[in-house]
Amino acid sequence: MTPRLHDYVLSASCYKVRLMAALVGVRLDLVAVDFHPGREHKGPAFRALNPAGTLPVLETGELVLTESTAMLVWLAQGHPGWTGDGSRSAAAQVQQWLAFSARLAASLGMARLHDMLHFPADIDGCRLAGIDCLREVEAHLFEARLAGRLFLTGDRPTIADIACFPNVALAPDGGVGLEPYPGIRLWMRAIRSLPGFIEMPGIHRLHELRPAPERGAA
Amino acid sequence: MIPQAVQDCWYPLAMAALTGPYPGRATQLLGQPIRVFRDAAGTIRVQGDAGADLPVILRFGHVWACPGTPQRDLFTIPEADHPGRRLVDCGVVRVKCSPLRAVENFLDIAHFPFVHTDILGAEPHTEVGRYEVHIREDTDEVWATKVRFHQPQAAMSAEGGIETEYMYRVPAPTAAVLYKTCPARPGDWDVIGIFVQPLTEELCDVWPWMALYDDVTPQAALIQFQQMIFLQDRSILENQIPRLLPLDPGMEIPTQADLTSVAYRRWLKRKGLTYGAQMVAA
Repeated sequence: MTPRLHDYVLSASCYKVRLMAALVGVRLDLVAVDFHPGREHKGPAFRALNPAGTLPVLETGELVLTESTAMLVWLAQGHPGWTGDGSRSAAAQVQQWLAFSARLAASLGMARLHDMLHFPADIDGCRLAGIDCLREVEAHLFEARLAGRLFLTGDRPTIADIACFPNVALAPDGGVGLEPYPGIRLWMRAIRSLPGFIEMPGIHRLHELRPAPERGAA
Repeated sequence: MIPQAVQDCWYPLAMAALTGPYPGRATQLLGQPIRVFRDAAGTIRVQGDAGADLPVILRFGHVWACPGTPQRDLFTIPEADHPGRRLVDCGVVRVKCSPLRAVENFLDIAHFPFVHTDILGAEPHTEVGRYEVHIREDTDEVWATKVRFHQPQAAMSAEGGIETEYMYRVPAPTAAVLYKTCPARPGDWDVIGIFVQPLTEELCDVWPWMALYDDVTPQAALIQFQQMIFLQDRSILENQIPRLLPLDPGMEIPTQADLTSVAYRRWLKRKGLTYGAQMVAA
């Protein structure tokens, strides 16, 4: 069957899965869930599918997955490179960043839900924790650049990048600017230029660069 | 000091269906704390900080209140009462921008290909043709008519690109309604509104609302389509400078495509509806 994603268009975690599927060319059946204002994901019908009442949920035909990082693993299977280069070091680093992405969701992601959709949160605490995360990513990407690598775990993107990208890119939605992080901005640009990249509200596609203006013509 | 004309308008504060018992929704209007709740008799009430009740109207699925003395009834949308339409409350989105900027953005067509790429517009179809703008004397509303635009996916019920016709209407300082070609029923209009709650001059809650002919699309998909469109605007709105909407010429140079915006700004200025506006040419 075509894998079915129970989806909310504004959710960073749902976007991770949509983006990954697009990058590896897997078609998804999208089922819109009325997350806001209907809170359909907390209703009995949805909880029968996912007792945690969280989005996204991916039905693969064989499995019902409720963690977006597990969905990335499932989608990347059979697409070499997306889970690392097969080395012990890469495999461990990918896991490190998949776990890290939960910190991004709990800080920057929650700040965004607070600012945008009125979720109750300790907004100052969320933003400060989010800035700590961004500084870690920035420092890591700086070291990676010195070693000639553009992505989190190597010279090509993996599910680690896709897991971390949405909540980082959407940080301004939660009142956290990305101006201080040139490494992060370059990394985001590299992800946005991947073949098959798709956008979501708040994350824009790269518009084609116009030809350079002719000098002296004016 | 907030002008009396601003205080005497109606403002949206909540979705009626989601308004619960006291303490209900604690929110803000024109910088003042305000509370929306359902009392023991089931009546929806709006109270200011001192506990005094404000005049309330329930319309278009939303709770409206007037912090001053209402000078007229809240506007109506007769099309919304036509049988067969689906009324869709789309929830609320908070935007760090002037409430007037949120309305003005809703009136603009020229940004469609760049902000709502491949949905409401696409390059190279970027030209906004001539359209007509006038103030309706009987109702004192801003109207733009005969607006035509090429759209790749104008609505959930649209398949492929169509030439969409629009009418825009500003019936209140912080509300705007658009009428657009209905893909499912040629000859009828889909109606989409945004009702903007001014929390402060630079912060607002936006309540999108729709009255559509569409028997097919699930409710959640309709809501998400509208939220997707509006959230594409949010990051743009939050970065507009100056933060307040300039009502005096001098800072921004309008073009032919901005006729509606120009009329809206003049209308606001003439009526003294300056909350969220910048009055001095910068």
